[in-house]
Amino acid sequence: MVLGLYNYWIVVLLMMIGFYIVIAHGNLIKKLVGLTIFQTSVFIFYISMGNVDSGSAPILAEGVARYSNPLPHVLILTAIVVGIATTALGLALVVRIKESYGSIEEDEIQIQDQLTEDKTSC
Amino acid sequence: MIAIAIVRTKDLLAVVMLTGIYGLLSASFFVVLDAVDVAFTEAAVGAGISGLLMLAAITMTGRREAPKRHKPLLALLVVFITGGMLIYGTLDMPYFGSFDAPVHQHVAPRYINDSMQEVGVPNIVTSVLASYRAFDTLGEVAVIFTAGIGVLSLLSLPRRRKSHQLDESREKIKKDEMHEQHMVLRIVSKILIPFILLFALYVQFHGDFGPGGGFQAGVIFAAAIILYAMLYGLDTARRVFNQTIIQLVAAIGLLLYASVGVVSLINGGNFLDYNVLADDPIAGQHLGILLIELGVGCTVAAVMIIIFFNFAGRREAQQHATELNKSEGE
Repeated sequence: MVLGLYNYWIVVLLMMIGFYIVIAHGNLIKKLVGLTIFQTSVFIFYISMGNVDSGSAPILAEGVARYSNPLPHVLILTAIVVGIATTALGLALVVRIKESYGSIEEDEIQIQDQLTEDKTSC
Repeated sequence: MIAIAIVRTKDLLAVVMLTGIYGLLSASFFVVLDAVDVAFTEAAVGAGISGLLMLAAITMTGRREAPKRHKPLLALLVVFITGGMLIYGTLDMPYFGSFDAPVHQHVAPRYINDSMQEVGVPNIVTSVLASYRAFDTLGEVAVIFTAGIGVLSLLSLPRRRKSHQLDESREKIKKDEMHEQHMVLRIVSKILIPFILLFALYVQFHGDFGPGGGFQAGVIFAAAIILYAMLYGLDTARRVFNQTIIQLVAAIGLLLYASVGVVSLINGGNFLDYNVLADDPIAGQHLGILLIELGVGCTVAAVMIIIFFNFAGRREAQQHATELNKSEGE
């Protein structure tokens, strides 16, 4: 009976994997990859909600009575492209961080920040 | 599975490859779930462009992930608690695939039953995207445009001063660059690229009847040009596709979209209400959808190209810098 919920569990699993990467890894690119996984899990969540048993793709055709819900498709379709655009923005930021700090590991960046802060306060 | 592998792998190059596979897998998953439009986009974006951009970024930032110094236990604990709560939350959710779930009760039946009379486009996704929820889509295109501007401002280089030394080192690099060598790849791609462009146009204008539309077409179009840039070198591609013009195209796409809305305002309808664009509402809808999809396609393609060119240009500049340093050291 509870097996009917398995799609949500897959989503939760993927989401948590992405979440784990984001909070446990120090490398900024790895963090972005984690965010992408998280994002995809949300996409799968929406799309699986819109799915209907024995439904067809939402393109009107003769002799098809039941269609999947088109609304989540629209939302996710645009979200994917927006997602890649924002990911690119994030990557651009990472590249700039690498150029000015020489590293993309979170803790190293923090140490450098601390050092400059100490210098200015003295 | 692949996601777990991504967590474990330290080599970022492998991570990016795995991300590509992950994208392709989720695209096929979307097909299974009847979301053909989404699958199309995910296949082009998740498996294609995002991997490319990450590769470009990795070449600039280094490939290795530092060994971990902090304990992941706390993070793992947080993850398990959150996951547990989320799973507890799903217990009240409707079952997978049930058609009396609340999601299917609200506006979806109207879209499915009436969109043919009201919009006259068989692909419901397109009619929802471009007509019922055109305002959302306008916002999303604006976000993409803004992201493109952001990348431009973060990564674009000041106009290059052509120093003699720089040119020399560039010649040196050019000789061992991949696109100067692989004859077979270049010829095959030369044959393929027109077809990719044609396919993009087909996707663009056939979006009313089959899966497709401005977003997918834009990404595919950009992919063809990126392929060209990879095989023939960035400078050649830059000469063919002038950066200023591409930036202009990105802006024009968004402007076209918004001005369709303004025109319908002038004609006495609501913003982005296409019924007033022509005498016959259905013809007006068709015209409106065609125009805004064109706008979306222009902006998406142009922004993707801008993003790629800037990443690649930055990379080349870095390589030149290191080359110069080396030659000065000698």
